[in-house]
Amino acid sequence: MNAYQSLAIGQPIERLEAIPPAVDAMVRFEGISKTYPAYRGKPGVNALQNIDFAIPRGSITGVIGRSGAGKSSLVRLINGLEKPSTGRVIVDGSDISALTGRALRLAQRSIGMIFQHFNLLSSRTAADNIALPLEIAGWAKADIKARVTELLALVGIADKHDRYPSELSGGQKQRVGIARALATRPSVLLSDEATSALDPQTTRAILDLLANINRELGVTIVLITHEMSVVRQLAKEVVVLDAGHVVESGHVADIFTHPKHPITQSFLAEVIGDSLPVSLASRIVPGPSAGGHAVIRIEVRGAGAGDTLVARLARELGRDVSLLSARIDEIGGQHVGSLVLGIPLGVSGGADAVTRTLAFLSRHQFPAEHLGYVA
Amino acid sequence: MSPELINLIIQATFESLYMVGIAAMLGTAFGLPLGVFLATSRKGELFAAPIVNRVLGIVVNATRSTPFIILVVAIIPFTRLIAGTSIGSSAAIVPLTIASTPFIARLVEAAIREVDGGLIETASSFGASPLQIVFKVLIPEALPGLLLALTLAVVSLLGYSAMVGAVGGGGLGDLGIRYGYQRFMPEMMLAVVVVLIALVQLVQSAGDYLARRVNRRLRHR
Repeated sequence: MNAYQSLAIGQPIERLEAIPPAVDAMVRFEGISKTYPAYRGKPGVNALQNIDFAIPRGSITGVIGRSGAGKSSLVRLINGLEKPSTGRVIVDGSDISALTGRALRLAQRSIGMIFQHFNLLSSRTAADNIALPLEIAGWAKADIKARVTELLALVGIADKHDRYPSELSGGQKQRVGIARALATRPSVLLSDEATSALDPQTTRAILDLLANINRELGVTIVLITHEMSVVRQLAKEVVVLDAGHVVESGHVADIFTHPKHPITQSFLAEVIGDSLPVSLASRIVPGPSAGGHAVIRIEVRGAGAGDTLVARLARELGRDVSLLSARIDEIGGQHVGSLVLGIPLGVSGGADAVTRTLAFLSRHQFPAEHLGYVA
Repeated sequence: MSPELINLIIQATFESLYMVGIAAMLGTAFGLPLGVFLATSRKGELFAAPIVNRVLGIVVNATRSTPFIILVVAIIPFTRLIAGTSIGSSAAIVPLTIASTPFIARLVEAAIREVDGGLIETASSFGASPLQIVFKVLIPEALPGLLLALTLAVVSLLGYSAMVGAVGGGGLGDLGIRYGYQRFMPEMMLAVVVVLIALVQLVQSAGDYLARRVNRRLRHR
């Protein structure tokens, strides 16, 4: 904590975000495995195996995986809804996997959770839904009332106080869900596919709200999702799950600029795309022709990468280079994507243009691939 | 119809209402917790006790499959033990309660099972105890279904109450059989049927109205 503070001293407040996450962990998985026993003819399932990682305090950490990867089991270990078969889950310094009964219920009050289908009580108004965890925690009526008003304002639906869930839109319902999850002032907020049932615009608004909550309240947020766009927009840290194993984990920028595991690569492909436009792909032929172009795909990874690449390459070759297709996105402040360039072969149809291009690219450490030729 | 006969009908109506009212109350008092338990005690559920659940299920089914008129006669010693007598409206409340409890329990179980399981998980996630989940989530969320279940139970009890005339329980059914059938007074039979129809309509309408009022699921402005 001291190192963290000394870094912050004297810096403008908006720089705080740039400081690396404090080393202490809000949640730590130690040697976790989770097995569901065989039941009624269904075989047992190893949902999670050898899970060891930490979620930094105050971070927004994405846990991404395909369905069945074990995401839901993982998140339910954090708030004690499920117990690990082996290992421990340490939340805010205490082993939640060892708690039962009343002690567990007390610990659960410091962990909020929001759900894909909102899970609001249809019999209660927005305000009364938010009041529920406070009633359960035994708060006094007057305190509940004040806290609920405060929370409704925090999530931007102060005017929906007396509305029933059936009268609210999906985005408004999730705002009620978020307010309810934050009611008891938890230090961790678990989000289980919280935006999967929402349209893209509402998703963006909800993710912005979560980012604000993280910034202003310092709540550690754990995002369970199968959507790369959610991780890209919000998370700073990411854990990639596949078939019950953590296949990669670390800063979002590092993981997605240099994805190692095929699953990570496939998630990345969702945002930057790895296929050529159909009209281009159908024109590519294996052999060169006079006056045609060689087609080169270049991988772009890193901050500011590729900004002047096309101009520099054109200068190097002394020819105009065509940009056939490009897709570059920003993930965790890093550029990630690919360019597809057409290198003119000239009347001679000479292959040296290709050789020189590839040499230039490898000199500047851009991974590149020669896909073929177009007329 | 003579004033004496009208008086008889009024008296029988009150006897029926008394028997059905008290039996419905007692049946709910026993059936509601039993139904909640049946709905929450299978493997992996809130009050998981699969064996107890199984045994109670068998008892409930056995009671429900016994024809009511046989139940009334079969439990006469028990009725005498509880009510001090086996004759009259008060005594009839015992078999009526015993018949309605498992009926209500099954209806309650069905209504509680209709509640989205995600809500139980949600309440658990913020540290609700099993009893808090029952009282703050399951019962309020199932309330429209519970009210309709209770309505159905009262209507069925009105039907059952017609049979307790066999042990001197009185009430409308008894009146209809003794005067309408055995004394060949079709107008009495008709009057009893009309009163019963009116009562059932009244109970059903009241139940529907209440269930609609508490149902926020499909409420539109």
